[in-house]
Amino acid sequence: MELTTQIGESVTDGLAYLGALTTLGGRAAYFTFVAPFQGKPLRLQRAVSQAMQTGVGALPILSLITFFIGLILALQSAYELRKFGALNFVASAVAISMTRELGPLITAIVVIGRSGSAFAAEIGTMKVTEEIDALETMAIDPIHFLVTPKFIAMIVMLPCLTIWANSMGILGGALFGVAQADFTLLRYIQSSLDALFLRDITTGLVKSVMFGITITAVGCHEGLSTGAGAEQVGRSTTRAVVVSIFLVILVDLVFTALFFFMSER
Amino acid sequence: MEQTNSAATQPEAMISLRNLRVSYGEREILHGIGFDVMHGETLVILGGSGSGKSTLLRTLVGLERPSSGEIWLKGKNIAAISSDEMDEIRKKIGMSFQGGALFGSMTVGENVALPLREHTKLEDSTIEIILRLKLDQVGLSGFENYMPAQLSGGMKKRAAVARALAMDPEILFFDEPSAGLDPIIAAGVDQLILELKQAFHMTIIVVTHELASAFLIADRMVLIDKGNVVAIGSKEEMRLSTHPRVRQFLDRIPEPEVSQELDYLQMLTEEHRHPGR
Repeated sequence: MELTTQIGESVTDGLAYLGALTTLGGRAAYFTFVAPFQGKPLRLQRAVSQAMQTGVGALPILSLITFFIGLILALQSAYELRKFGALNFVASAVAISMTRELGPLITAIVVIGRSGSAFAAEIGTMKVTEEIDALETMAIDPIHFLVTPKFIAMIVMLPCLTIWANSMGILGGALFGVAQADFTLLRYIQSSLDALFLRDITTGLVKSVMFGITITAVGCHEGLSTGAGAEQVGRSTTRAVVVSIFLVILVDLVFTALFFFMSER
Repeated sequence: MEQTNSAATQPEAMISLRNLRVSYGEREILHGIGFDVMHGETLVILGGSGSGKSTLLRTLVGLERPSSGEIWLKGKNIAAISSDEMDEIRKKIGMSFQGGALFGSMTVGENVALPLREHTKLEDSTIEIILRLKLDQVGLSGFENYMPAQLSGGMKKRAAVARALAMDPEILFFDEPSAGLDPIIAAGVDQLILELKQAFHMTIIVVTHELASAFLIADRMVLIDKGNVVAIGSKEEMRLSTHPRVRQFLDRIPEPEVSQELDYLQMLTEEHRHPGR
């Protein structure tokens, strides 16, 4: 009895959390698509500067990480492939696993660390110092002013970053291909492109858009639900990162399964 | 309760509270508050920590929803209006928060200009002029390009007042204007409130526990204790009041020591469950 109560409680808690995220996303969608036609203009300038921070700012570290991931993937697949003398399949193995899975996922993880945590910390600090209250007393909706630009920035920038991550991963694999598997750079890239279907890239991009929505919703929700006191900001930031990683993996699973069964037919 | 105005909304009342109750979860903070704030007066809401005075202020500016009761403000009961209507009312009120609540990522000038940029279609040059005027009023001319972090505590409060004044509000709210300031700076903020009152005949509502400041700026005072109005009246009436709670507050008589272990435990858990309230 005790156990069932506990399970029931955590399920309702989880559903309530998802409900809160959906409400936040819904209100941001309202301010993006409906409110501009009702005389509440969109803050594109804020969205652009946010996109610079979350997108362009992430490029150096993301490039480095995905280059290494591509190289690791090449090494790992070569370990098995060379037993069959099939080293020329390294290029397709790296290309497919980068675009379908690791490109979007690694990008999401890097963005969680850089921006998801920053959203929670920024909004959480504003909550603690009464800046959110100040916005409300000035008749400025915090969702409109703070959250919506972040959603726009993330939904635009995450697919862009993912495309960049895919290319850097393929380049990383190419380093191995050229050094160890008798590829020329051009031939490596050509066989990567031959291995890919457009569907591989688009499913990755669809996932990355969903990841962007998830990360923004969690980061902003954690920030807005920060309690009183500076230590609560730290708590929100930690929770934002942990919950985002979990939900991104969950969303990844759902969409991967969806694409799997869709392609079966 | 010594006196509350039982008559219906009088013509010159700016804000009328009727049997206002506010709860956080299951805990009721305000147990039926009722008084009027007259047009153009400075009303000081006095009370100790945890008396509910901050909650009352937050409810008046629409940050908390009352669980029952009425708040009549400009002919509308803000306890029962839509958020769009509330936003219209919020454009007519200004609020200065305890720590200033200036946006750290914007300059002082951008902070003060924000409500104007959000709610009006004024030209940038016009906003620039209004901005300089408002900063001048609070004695911060030439500080528009400073970041809030570069300002001292007193200057932050002044900048916050300038931002509250930006939309030419009819009612100005202050949360603990002298908290965290040294006596000289605090006196400067009191002086600023007096100047605003004389210059604009604004209705000003100040929440504080600083007695000296309260007696300097107030036209009338309300003493809130444990979520109830204990007394309301002019400075003189408060000074001469014989109500034991008023005397205790004005004469700074400490609360009797908590003797029972159980009471102390309860006090601690209350604190723990509602930190910062």
